[in-house]
Amino acid sequence: MGTIVLKEIVDNLGLEVKTCAEKLETTKVSGGYVSDLMSDVIANSKEGDLWVTIQAHQNIVAIATLRELSGVIIANGKQPESETLEHATQENVPILLSNLTSFEVVGRLYQMGLRSS
Amino acid sequence: MNDEVLYRKRFDIQGRDFSNAGNVSSQVKAVLKEIGIEAYVIRRTAIAAYEGEMNIVMYADKGELEFLIDREKIQLIFTDQGPGIEDINLAMQPGYSTAPPEMQEMGFGAGMGLPNIIKNADKFEIQSEVGKGTTLHVIIYHSKHPE
Ligand SMILES: Nc1ncnc2c1ncn2[C@@H]1O[C@H](COP(=O)(O)OP(=O)(O)O)[C@@H](O)[C@H]1O
Ligand SMILES: [Mg+2]
Repeated sequence: MGTIVLKEIVDNLGLEVKTCAEKLETTKVSGGYVSDLMSDVIANSKEGDLWVTIQAHQNIVAIATLRELSGVIIANGKQPESETLEHATQENVPILLSNLTSFEVVGRLYQMGLRSS
Repeated sequence: MNDEVLYRKRFDIQGRDFSNAGNVSSQVKAVLKEIGIEAYVIRRTAIAAYEGEMNIVMYADKGELEFLIDREKIQLIFTDQGPGIEDINLAMQPGYSTAPPEMQEMGFGAGMGLPNIIKNADKFEIQSEVGKGTTLHVIIYHSKHPE
């Protein structure tokens, strides 16, 4: 399974890019993980995973950084708090928004060839 | 001597301070990366550090992490001034949580913090006194344990 670049996912799913627009072309996504529970994501996600969640608070950034995730898609039309975006910009974590549900987002990612890594 | 301390750092952790939560674990991880500890060991240490830090943020008034590295192991010693844990065996059970609803809404309080620490630690000790606080001692070997 070849890796996908974040830009392809943004275009394919029509995601709104909130942070790190400049690194979409160079960020490789090696897999995906979906969960809204912090302890689950910290324990079970893998480096390079794109994380799909409806959590929009700033603590998602620490998790994405610690686990070296390739980015976060906040689903369901949830709007991130301004602290989330500030923190994500500082830490270089791409934050992407979708109006689709987590289910729909993950389905489309799977269709693009993404798997859990 | 294998247990001669090569690196030691102490971090303060503020209870209820969700805006800085995760900073201490990030610094621990950065140190391990810097000195070239292998990725698998860094991952396990980062998970244990994060869960230990979050428990102080979520439940205690304040606490600290003492982070030590010697030739064979990494040690994380969390000490907090907080409510303590009444029934440690119950607290260690996967899924058990007393996190209030507003924290659960944020995706905390899955009751997987202590189980995650135990799973990633080579050695784990917990001591707690109700009304006083909790101490957590985590050891992770970064080099093959000497025979
Ligand atoms: N440092 C601590 N001080 C007081 N209580 C704690 C502490 N750490 C854990 N606990 C108690 O143990 C329970 C289980 O902890 P944990 O496994 O980390 O799950 P969670 O934090 O998701 O509830 C907590 O809900 C809490 O009641
Ligand atoms: Mg916890």
